Amino acid sequence: MDASSLPAALELVSGGGAGLSPEKRAVLGSSLLLLQRDYRFERVWFWGCIQGVCGAYYIAQGLGPDRAAPRSRLYSLNCVEWSLLPPVTEEMVTQAGRLKGRFQGDPSFEYEYTERNAEDAERLFEDGKEPMIKEEARLVATIEQIDRAVGIVPRGAFVKTPLGSVSENRNFEGLSLTEAKRLSSYFHFTEPVDLKNKTLLEKADLDPSTDFLDSLEHDIPQGSWTVQLEKGGTVVVLRSLLWLGLTFYHVPMTKQYGYVYFGNGEKNLDLPFML
Amino acid sequence: ERGHGPYQPHEPGYGLYQPGYTPYDDQIPDPKSQMLAIQNAKAYLLKCSTTSGLNLYDHLANMLTKILDEQPTNAVDIIENISKDVKWAQFQKKMDTLRNEHEILPTFEAAEKRKALFLKANGEGDEELEEEIGETPLPNVMETAFYFEQAGIGLSKDESYHIFLALKKLISVQPIQTCRFWGKILGLEMNYIIAEVQYHEGEEEEETEEEAVTEEGGKGVGEVEDEEEEKEKEDEPPKSTYKPPPVIPKEENGTGANKYVYFVCNEPGKPWVKLPPVTPAQIVCARKIKKFFTGRLDAPVVSFPPFPGNEANYLRAQIARISAGTQISPIGFYQFAEEEDEEEEVDGGRDTYEENPDFQPLSVAEMVDSLSAWVHNVQSILKQGRCVWLNPLQKTEEEEENEEEEKAEEPDELPQELQQEIGPPLLTPLSEDEGIQNIPAWTAQPSTNLIPQYAVAVLQSNRWPGAYAFASGKKFDNIYFGWGHKYSPENHAPALPPPVQAEYPSGPEITETRDPTVEEELAFKAAREEALATAEEEEDEEGAEEDEEEDD
Repeated sequence: MDASSLPAALELVSGGGAGLSPEKRAVLGSSLLLLQRDYRFERVWFWGCIQGVCGAYYIAQGLGPDRAAPRSRLYSLNCVEWSLLPPVTEEMVTQAGRLKGRFQGDPSFEYEYTERNAEDAERLFEDGKEPMIKEEARLVATIEQIDRAVGIVPRGAFVKTPLGSVSENRNFEGLSLTEAKRLSSYFHFTEPVDLKNKTLLEKADLDPSTDFLDSLEHDIPQGSWTVQLEKGGTVVVLRSLLWLGLTFYHVPMTKQYGYVYFGNGEKNLDLPFML
Repeated sequence: ERGHGPYQPHEPGYGLYQPGYTPYDDQIPDPKSQMLAIQNAKAYLLKCSTTSGLNLYDHLANMLTKILDEQPTNAVDIIENISKDVKWAQFQKKMDTLRNEHEILPTFEAAEKRKALFLKANGEGDEELEEEIGETPLPNVMETAFYFEQAGIGLSKDESYHIFLALKKLISVQPIQTCRFWGKILGLEMNYIIAEVQYHEGEEEEETEEEAVTEEGGKGVGEVEDEEEEKEKEDEPPKSTYKPPPVIPKEENGTGANKYVYFVCNEPGKPWVKLPPVTPAQIVCARKIKKFFTGRLDAPVVSFPPFPGNEANYLRAQIARISAGTQISPIGFYQFAEEEDEEEEVDGGRDTYEENPDFQPLSVAEMVDSLSAWVHNVQSILKQGRCVWLNPLQKTEEEEENEEEEKAEEPDELPQELQQEIGPPLLTPLSEDEGIQNIPAWTAQPSTNLIPQYAVAVLQSNRWPGAYAFASGKKFDNIYFGWGHKYSPENHAPALPPPVQAEYPSGPEITETRDPTVEEELAFKAAREEALATAEEEEDEEGAEEDEEEDD
C-alpha cells in the first residue's frame, strides 16, 4: 500500500486481525518519507510484515518512474532503520522454494539444506563446502514470489504508455461495486504469462493501454481468492488463500486500493485439500 | 473515379501522389461525375455510426464551430481533445425518457443493520439503566482491543465497537453469567465472530430434543429385532460380523470440552447463533482434516475421513481445540479451589479453578523472559477427544440389563484393554509445551522496546497461528484472529483409506485346489484298474472256491 495512505489503509485491512501497533504506525509515517528522500524513489509502498520466530521483518518497496520495473526492497526489524535487500535472482528463488519452516527473525541466520539432489551433490564436490542460504536471500526471494503470485491491482489503475513504461492512471475513478466483486477486474502486477495465450477474439476486446496484465480469473487452483465486502459493504477485501496473510482492499468508486502482507512467509501448499 | 490511394504512413506509396499529381489527373473529370463523387463523399461522411449514432459530417461541423468560437491556442496540437470534448457534449444533450431506478445497493441494507445496533431498545426505563451500571457480564471489548492494539493485533476500532454492541445485545437476550469476545475466524464467503459464554447455573436450556430422538431410536431397534426373529426361519445371507467401535459419549455441558457455550455471528448486527456442544468423535476427526470455513453454518464438510456433522460442528470442534491449546493466563492468577475432602480420587485432574485474591502480578520483563510465568487455564483434550478419560468398554448398569434381554447372538469377544489416557493437568506452565521441530510453542515479546514502563507482554502461539495473549499488570486476555487451522511445517497428508477387508475366512472348503493334469488322471485311472483287477481275481478265486464247495 502506498505510504501516503498508510493510516487509512491499515484501518481497512484490519479485518484479518493483523495490523501495526501505534508506535510502528507513527514511526512509519516519517521513516518511509525519509526513505523516499534517501533513495530518490518516486513512490514508496509499505509491503507488509513477515513474522519470524524471534522477530518480525517489516518490508518496504520503492518504485521508480516505470512502475513495472524491478523494485528495490528494503527491510527493517523495527521500522526505524531500513536496509536494502539484494536484488533477487532466479537461483535465489528456486533455492528458497526448497526451504520449509518458519523464518527465524535474524537476517544473518543460515539455513542448511536438508534435501540433497543430484545437482547439489555435484556442486558439493566442486565447492567442497555445504551450500547454505542466508535468511536475507530467503526473505527477498519470498517477497518476490509473493509479489509475482498474488500482488494485485485493480483494472484500470495502471496504464501502459506507448513507449512501454507503466504509470498510474490519473483518470482511474475506482471500480464500481459490481465490477469490484468480480475476479476479472483485478490484475497481477507482474510480467503477464497468460496474455499471449488468449485467443484473437478475446484480445480484440482488450484495451492495450489498460489490459496488459493477467487477470485473476484463471488462477490455479480456482477459488484461491476470497472476495468479501467488509465494513457494511463499503470495502471490498480480497484475501489470498495461497499465501495466507495477503490482503488486498479497494473502496469502490474511489481511488483507494492497495495490498499488504501480514503473515509467516510460507506458501499454503495444502490449499487443494482445504477448499 | 479516382482509386483509393494509400492512406496510412506505413503503406507503400504513401506521400507519392500529391493532389494534382496523381496518375489519374490527366483524365479531366467529367463535371457530372465530379458532382457525383462529391455527393458520394458527402453521403459517406453523413453515414451514421452504428455504435454512437453520430456521423462524421456533423461532428466535424461541430468541432470546427467550436474551434472558431473559442479560438484556442495551438489548436492543431489539441485537436483530439477538442474532438473528445465535442463528443462528450453530444452525449449529455441526449434526453432519455427512461429514468434510472434509484439503485438500492446491498450496502444500504448492511448499514441499516449496523445502525440498529446503536439504537436503544424501546421501553427502557431508568431502572434498567441502574442494572446495567452494576455488575454486568459484558466484557470491556474496547479495553482489550486497546491492549492488543499495542502489539499490533486486532480489528479496527469501528469493528471492535460494533462487536461490543453486538455482545451487549446477546447478553440482553440470553441468561448469561460470563461473556468474552473469543475472536474472529475468517472464512471463504463470510467470517465468523465468536463469543464465549457461560450460562447462569441452572438456567441452561436442556436439550430435550436430543433425548426424544434417542428414545425413538431405541423403540425402532426393538421392532426390527422382532422382524428379524421371524425371518430367521428363512435363509438369509450371512450377517456381517463387523462391530463398530463403541461411541464415546460427549462430555456434559459445563464440563471438559463443553465447559463454555459459543455463539457466532457473521457480522455485528446479524443475529447470534448458538453452536452445538462438541462430541469426541468430532474432535478426533477434526484433527485429521484441514478445511477452510465457508461462512455458512449449515454448509457440509466434505472430507475424508468423513466429518460427522456440518460446518457448525467443525467450527465448534476447532474452537475447542484452539481453546484447549492456547488459552493461557499469568501464573498465580487462578488457583485451585481448596476442597476439604482432598482424598477423593480425581480421575483426570481437577477441572475447576477460582481467581486468586492474593494475585501479585509479575513485571512485564519477567512475563516476557520466561514462559513458565504463564499457565494454561483450559483443560487439554486427550487423544480420545474428551478432557476426562472415559473407558468406553466399561458397561454401565443399564447396558448390562439390555444385554441380558437381547439374544446372545454375538460370539463372546474379549474386550481390549484400553490404556487410560492422561493429559497435562490444568494450570501447567507454558514451558512444558512442546514446540514444533525446533520452534518453541510460543513467542513472547514486549509491545514496545522504547517505553518499557508501559509495555504490555504479548505472546503469540506458533502452534496455532493467530492465537495471542497479553498481560499487563492485573489485566490479561486471550484472543484468536485467523483461519482456524493448526500450524504444521509438513504438508497435510490426508488419511489413507483403510485396507481392503477380507470378504470371507479362507478355509479348506472354500479354497480351490488345482485340477489334476491329464498324466495324473491317467496314472490314477491305471492304478484304479489295477486295484479292480486284483480285486476281481480275488473274487474269481473265491467264486471258484464256492463253486467247488457247492459241487460237493
